[in-house]
Amino acid sequence: MKNYLKYTLLIFLAGFYGCEPEFENSVDDPGFYSSGSADFSRYVAVGNSLTAGYTDGALFISAQAYSYPNLMASKFQFVGGGEFNQPLMNDNIGGMKLGGTQILPNRLVLSVDANGNFSPVRMDAVPTTDAGTKLSGSFQNLGVPGAKSYHLMAPGYGNVAGILQGTANPYFVRFSSSENATVIADAASQDPTFFSLWIGNNDMLGYATSGGSGVDQTGNMNPETYETNDITDPNLFAAIFTQQVDALIQNGAKGVVFNLPEVTAIPYFNTVPTRVIPLDASTAAMLNSQFEPYNNLILPGLQAAGIISSDEAQMRKINFVSGQNFPIMSDDELTDISNLLMGTPFNLPVETAKLLGQLRQVNDDDLIVLTASSVIGTIPDTNNPLGIIGVSIPLEDQWVLTKKEQDRVKQATQAYNITIKTVAESRGLAFVDVNQALQRVANEGIPYDGGILTAQFVVGGTFSLDGVHPTPKGYAYITNLAIDAINRTYDATIPKVNVGDYPSLTLHNN
Amino acid sequence: MRKIILSTLLILMSAWVYGGGYRVTLQGQKALAMGHTGVAIVQSSESVFFNPAGLVYLEDTLNVTAGISGVFMNIAYQNTVTGVSERSESPMGMPFYVYASYKANDWMAFGLGVYVPYGSEVRYPEGWAGSHLVNSIALQAIYIQPTVSFKLNDIISFGGGPIFAIGSVDFDRSVNRTLTDLEGNRSTVNVEASNVTSWGWVASTMIHFTENLHFGATYRSKIDLNADDGQATFQNIPNSPLTPFEDSKIAAGLPMPAEMTVGISYDYKDWIFAFDYNRTFWNAYHSLDIEFQNPNIPDSKNSRNYKNSSIYRFGLQYDVNQTFALRGGYYYDKSPVRAGYFAPETPRNDSSNFTAGMTVNIGSNFQIDAAFLYSYYKEINASYDYYYEDGVAVPFGGTYKSNAFAPSIGITYKM
Repeated sequence: MKNYLKYTLLIFLAGFYGCEPEFENSVDDPGFYSSGSADFSRYVAVGNSLTAGYTDGALFISAQAYSYPNLMASKFQFVGGGEFNQPLMNDNIGGMKLGGTQILPNRLVLSVDANGNFSPVRMDAVPTTDAGTKLSGSFQNLGVPGAKSYHLMAPGYGNVAGILQGTANPYFVRFSSSENATVIADAASQDPTFFSLWIGNNDMLGYATSGGSGVDQTGNMNPETYETNDITDPNLFAAIFTQQVDALIQNGAKGVVFNLPEVTAIPYFNTVPTRVIPLDASTAAMLNSQFEPYNNLILPGLQAAGIISSDEAQMRKINFVSGQNFPIMSDDELTDISNLLMGTPFNLPVETAKLLGQLRQVNDDDLIVLTASSVIGTIPDTNNPLGIIGVSIPLEDQWVLTKKEQDRVKQATQAYNITIKTVAESRGLAFVDVNQALQRVANEGIPYDGGILTAQFVVGGTFSLDGVHPTPKGYAYITNLAIDAINRTYDATIPKVNVGDYPSLTLHNN
Repeated sequence: MRKIILSTLLILMSAWVYGGGYRVTLQGQKALAMGHTGVAIVQSSESVFFNPAGLVYLEDTLNVTAGISGVFMNIAYQNTVTGVSERSESPMGMPFYVYASYKANDWMAFGLGVYVPYGSEVRYPEGWAGSHLVNSIALQAIYIQPTVSFKLNDIISFGGGPIFAIGSVDFDRSVNRTLTDLEGNRSTVNVEASNVTSWGWVASTMIHFTENLHFGATYRSKIDLNADDGQATFQNIPNSPLTPFEDSKIAAGLPMPAEMTVGISYDYKDWIFAFDYNRTFWNAYHSLDIEFQNPNIPDSKNSRNYKNSSIYRFGLQYDVNQTFALRGGYYYDKSPVRAGYFAPETPRNDSSNFTAGMTVNIGSNFQIDAAFLYSYYKEINASYDYYYEDGVAVPFGGTYKSNAFAPSIGITYKM
């Protein structure tokens, strides 16, 4: 009898382990979600830092987990998605070394000083990722931070020997299939059934973040003559983008492409106000008296001599008031009058002439870049306490994106976006209007289940501490935009991510 | 007759359960096998729990019974918007009981019981979609209850006594949905309190309307278990003055609600039929609040707002012969959880519960009691809507489906 009871009990025990509750319609049942007319079994993602998952000014493991391709791939699992490997960094520090020397900075963290002020600072640690250490295996996330459109087609972009010459990219070097491989060929050779392509941001972003210190190469179709901060010719972009898409769809793959947000929607250009200099009445009056000869003698004189236009003379006038003021800046698009000022009749000393050479005050049409906040109001020479940047020393051109410069960026962006949309439509691809979405984030905000995503720096939730790249929350939002577009285009029902579940900023005091 | 036995066995083979909220109704294998009825049954020292007034009617001078159950609670969760699906990984809970009664004379009996009326053991995969609400919880309250039972006459008796309760809780969750350390590990908090004690009482009566028809009523008071020396331990907290989280003493309280049971039983030849009605006064459970002694850490308020709930219990027993008794039962357990308060830590909707069991007599002094409970919870779409982030309510919802099994074994000695 005892044995009988024992066995009965054992059978019961065995019974309940197999008696897990089962849903009538389980999300894990095949067919619960539909892939529609697309096939997600081999998905590859191609792009730049945004595709890699770059955030807080760096790429690191926990950020890569939140890359939009990785989030998308996790949802493709429900509709037949296959393996999705990312070329993971070696740590969560984010910088990179080459032969022992650090070549890329660490991630930014939100740090608090003794007075309770918080600001992004670089994490203090020695990175362990070395560009010279090749990863083995094949990778489906081919997002290469820093890549411009034409870089994806450039042989040697993954050759370690080219890093220091600037012909190779340390991120691609880590996982390129060979020294002469191109990013696009490495993607296409995986015979993808589905792809995502988001490229072109860096074709104008470097120009914008450098305050327009590069050259607008519109009209020049030879990228070998381009420098880092230049704007890529839109026709070159169109040709390259089309080739890339056609390479990816050559075996019938479906895909999703993303257009480019206009840079004015991102906090890098919207955080530092143009009237950034606080002055009291007496300081303003004192400064005005110092600029009086420039305003009332030099500018009218040069205008009378026909050297500058009346518009330019007007624009160059300096006027400080009690309250918040525009800083003074050096605008390289103004007529350089420093040599004239050194000669008769002005005979100004070299330093003063240089200071006034391309001087004007920032105005409401300008955008001051985020990183200028660490420069404006500082005193570079402690022996000269009156030499304050933005007040008595002009802000250098790289800290300000002027109206003209903004227009060049905008024109290029719009031209690239026409190409992206046209190619998507003609090839029947899913299309994500990131530009419109981020304008909405910036203008009205996007509600999610724990608040509202806005474009405000640090607190808005969308943009990371570098002011350019999204937070994991931002990437989650983009993931849902992409899944929406895919579901629409291919009649699929892929599930989405819950934006509120994703982090935004990382707090850390070094 | 064979048909009846078969149907009893079918009940035994089909299904059973477990209580609403964190009530664990596994207080006696004989009663459990009969749908956990027993307020109007005089059969064993299980009456220490079910109805102390009945002890005085026991035939034997000394009755001792002890038992233990293995509780396997399975919870499945899914969200069709995100495709997230999770299954609880709860360890086996092992509630037990020991009862003894001693008949001092013809009109008075003493009893002592130790049992576990409240408890819960739920564990989800670490960092699961609802981990900001709960990663795991293990709570238990052990009641120690001396009783006295006396009869006025052969028709009516009374019983009751004090209850000394000892509680413990171990609760683990993520601090919120998004906070991580530099490595991306979720920040978590563990709250632990043990040896929390308090007093309550039980009172009951039993009336024998006829030789075959019995009535019983038992009231067990609410016991508030308030821990003022608990410990909160934080993990994976980023190094930043912007996060106030550091290990701290905590104060927290949890009510063990009062419970009222009335029931009847009817004896017919070798059969006993029983019906019990439980009312559990869950409205005592307003909120699970954790106060941190460290003033920089905001207190954790988790609204529960339970409502009083009912359980309807049916049981029958058939004495096959001198050696065997077979039992079967059913109960319907209405959940105390209101719509919008469905928290994954106790995801209990209404349940149908099927029980069965048997007693084997070994000689005239020993019995082995076996029982089995299967609890079936219908699939439910539910959410918990009172979790807040920066003052904004963030509901956590989805589809839940649960079941529970509790194989139970006990031994009885009488003399």
